[in-house]
Amino acid sequence: MIYADNAATTKMSPKAIQTMTALLKEAWGNPSSLYAQGQRAREILEKARGDVAAVLGAEPREIIFTSGGSEADNQAILSAAALGRKKGKLHIVSTAFEHHAVLHTLDKLRKEGFEVTLLDVHENGIVRPEEVEAALRGDTCLVTIMFANNEIGTIQPIREIGAICRKKGVLFHTDAVQAVGHVPIDVRADNIDLLSASAHKFHGPKGVGFLYARKGVPVSSLIEGGAQERGKRAGTENVPGIAAMAEALGEACGQMAENAAHLTEMRDRLIRGLSGIPHSALNGDPVYRLPGNVSFCFEGIEGESLLLLLDDRGIQASSGSACTSGSLDPSHVLLAIGRVHDVAHGSLRLTLGEEIGEAEVDEIIKAVKEVVAYLRSFSPIWRDLTLGKKEYIL
Amino acid sequence: MALYSEKVMDHFRNPRNVGIIEDANGIGEVGNAKCGDIMKMYLKIEDDVIQDVKFETFGCGSAIASSSMATELIKGKPVADAMRLTNQAVAEALDGLPDYKMHCSVLAEEAIQSALEDYRKRNA
Repeated sequence: MIYADNAATTKMSPKAIQTMTALLKEAWGNPSSLYAQGQRAREILEKARGDVAAVLGAEPREIIFTSGGSEADNQAILSAAALGRKKGKLHIVSTAFEHHAVLHTLDKLRKEGFEVTLLDVHENGIVRPEEVEAALRGDTCLVTIMFANNEIGTIQPIREIGAICRKKGVLFHTDAVQAVGHVPIDVRADNIDLLSASAHKFHGPKGVGFLYARKGVPVSSLIEGGAQERGKRAGTENVPGIAAMAEALGEACGQMAENAAHLTEMRDRLIRGLSGIPHSALNGDPVYRLPGNVSFCFEGIEGESLLLLLDDRGIQASSGSACTSGSLDPSHVLLAIGRVHDVAHGSLRLTLGEEIGEAEVDEIIKAVKEVVAYLRSFSPIWRDLTLGKKEYIL
Repeated sequence: MALYSEKVMDHFRNPRNVGIIEDANGIGEVGNAKCGDIMKMYLKIEDDVIQDVKFETFGCGSAIASSSMATELIKGKPVADAMRLTNQAVAEALDGLPDYKMHCSVLAEEAIQSALEDYRKRNA
């Protein structure tokens, strides 16, 4: 079995599992309790906070633990919007290819009177800093742009965008769910005010994540209740999960350079192999992309049938086709980079894990080539294309 | 829980009657690439009986399985029977489809009806 859907979720690292299971037994106390069992849990919680902060160049008090990336995105955006509303600033700048945790939160704010500018991400899937600058207005309260895209893996010029926002005095949030633990991030050097992350994208457990909020950036609570997380997030902390996240993040950051070098080599081998399929195209910039991300469109076939047949061959991947999302429209990300519906339906995303080797990559290439050729053999679109009745798009 | 029934997966993995009929006397194509499904049906009708039927489909697993099952349900049958083929019959023969995939069975019914209509026009 080859698991190539690490952007959806990752397998927990053995060390993180060990940490979590040990703490489920040992550190079951409530960190808010003052007796020894509670204080033991408190110590573990605060150590995890320090560890997470350290790898991002943040201070421990700037880390708020959440249930995951979606909650952190919601909290960051709604906090900035609440602040904007107080100052009469009701304009937000974002992009067309954000995660739905961001886009749907922005939709909600639109209904509440905010105006949202969604920047073009161009054919290469990369936002242009000068276009961010041009979009800023006197009433802009927030810029929210993802660090790396979840479908096509493109990495955004975060440091430049952050510098522009800092210069103009506008808060800058980045959904870094796909980037944390995979590419270097330094919240100070990168000029980031708010950053969202999720543990299960870097071999940590599901249901745990965090929000980094720069000191001095007022964050409002989404969940009312106790005074946990300095009053920013009520609810008894998931101590074993949080500690396992910190463990996994430490591991990922400690091995980042070698992991990235290996994954980049495997990614590029896979891209070269799949590029040999006629009338196919890589989605997103070939260089400024996550080390393990490969996203392709194949003309004349549909993504779900491709996924099912790859699954039959032991390869697990994902697609931005409409049929895999339960809606009639293909992925908003692929549409945002200008892929038309006809080819966006034939998309395949392979997100590699560190354990992958050349043999597995070659097996994927062989399987995709064969399955695409098979599906094209009875595709009426492919017949029309080959007979010249229809123009190739790719 | 699997997304599809065993029957759907069987017809998806081993679709029956795939291909084209060079001397078809009824051809129907429905759907569009924008929505992600296109089905094309080829019929060879003689003496008011569907002597042969083939299909080509661009689409998801259930679209391919629905096309395959629809061809099985009408092959060798009188035209009058084929005209009564419904999407429910296709979906039932596949042991059901997920709700949001029912449109695939509708497309299969429409593709057959469109091919039969083409045959009728050619022989009018």
